[in-house]
Amino acid sequence: MELFNIFIRSVFMENMALVYFLGMCSFLAVSKKVETANGLGMAVVFVLAITTPLNNLITNYLLKEGALGWALGPEKAAGIDLSFLSFIAYIATIAAVVQLVEMAIDKFSPALYASLGVFLPLIAVNCAILGASLFMQQREYNLAESTVYGIGSGVGWWMAILALAAIRERLKYSNVPAPLRGLGITFLISGLMAMGFSIFGGIKL
Amino acid sequence: MDKETKSVLIDPFLIKNPITIQVLGICSALAVTTQLKPAIVMSLALTAVLICSNTAISLLRNKIPGSIRIITQLAVIASLVIIADQILRAYAFDVARQLSVFVGLIITNCIVMGRAEAFAMGNPPGKAALDGLANGAGYSLILITVAFFRELLGSGKLLGHVVLERAADGGWYFPNGLMVLSPGAFFLIGLFIWIQRSLTPRLNEEA
Repeated sequence: MELFNIFIRSVFMENMALVYFLGMCSFLAVSKKVETANGLGMAVVFVLAITTPLNNLITNYLLKEGALGWALGPEKAAGIDLSFLSFIAYIATIAAVVQLVEMAIDKFSPALYASLGVFLPLIAVNCAILGASLFMQQREYNLAESTVYGIGSGVGWWMAILALAAIRERLKYSNVPAPLRGLGITFLISGLMAMGFSIFGGIKL
Repeated sequence: MDKETKSVLIDPFLIKNPITIQVLGICSALAVTTQLKPAIVMSLALTAVLICSNTAISLLRNKIPGSIRIITQLAVIASLVIIADQILRAYAFDVARQLSVFVGLIITNCIVMGRAEAFAMGNPPGKAALDGLANGAGYSLILITVAFFRELLGSGKLLGHVVLERAADGGWYFPNGLMVLSPGAFFLIGLFIWIQRSLTPRLNEEA
């Protein structure tokens, strides 16, 4: 039940894009067409589902205070706190996983590679991915919780970018004032979407 | 000062502003601007990281192999962000708490990566440092303006001092709750873009 709560919370109440503003650059830049937005969204879910639990293992077995107990014995490990290295460890994991996933997809499923391939390198610097790992560390999730949290935040982000892309496709037929075209109107629409999403903020699970 | 250096220094404020024109670094611009103080600290941290990373990457630019340049840049930037984070925790713990994960997210802030890739990889260190300073300042300009309006209209305060006395405390001002919530930030930046592009129509986009 706790896991289900984390999932629902990360999709709606703590939506990565519309409540925490993470992954905004690609959210605004790659939402011109539903098809590409869909591809990027799936790639984000995929990478989040792998990197968040992986970074959880790294935190719990390498970086946290006393985490090296399994290698050095509990007494020696007690004084070692490597958590200041977490930023560089997380980003290295993310960059490496993205590279591996890209190679794996290319080898095993060329069709999927054709639709996701271009987006994978972009994802290494998508703040939603690093953000999920940092929130996971801050809230001290365990392995199962962090897996669910990773998938949930990915699905929430996917949903948000898909919705925005659908609205922007329809927008082509409306008469937007010239200075607002492109970036400006996208900001205003995201604001309205965020307002809609703040309804979920009142739900307590 | 020759013309090129001048444009490196001045363009990022308006016509090449990292947030409103280049669409870089939006995440933190929206998330840390509910109050003025965290916004100022964030601007300083980002500008410092940007200057150092641009200089470091420009110094290394002839030694970085093309195929692994992204991960090299990330390693340089992540190290600098760790330093910034440790300094903030040591000397400004409360603000560091308030900024929570967003200090760490400077690593994936597209401004830092974007400038490293677009400018520092092809220019000498002195110029790259200037470019870092100017882009950091352009980012700070938007961040601080947004935070100014959000704190003033959302809670009637500036830097924690009461400016508009709230009705709840016996004054006359009814705070606009929308400004404190996330949509307020989107609307404000959207309006800035609108104003800026109405003043300089050549920046308008097609469709």
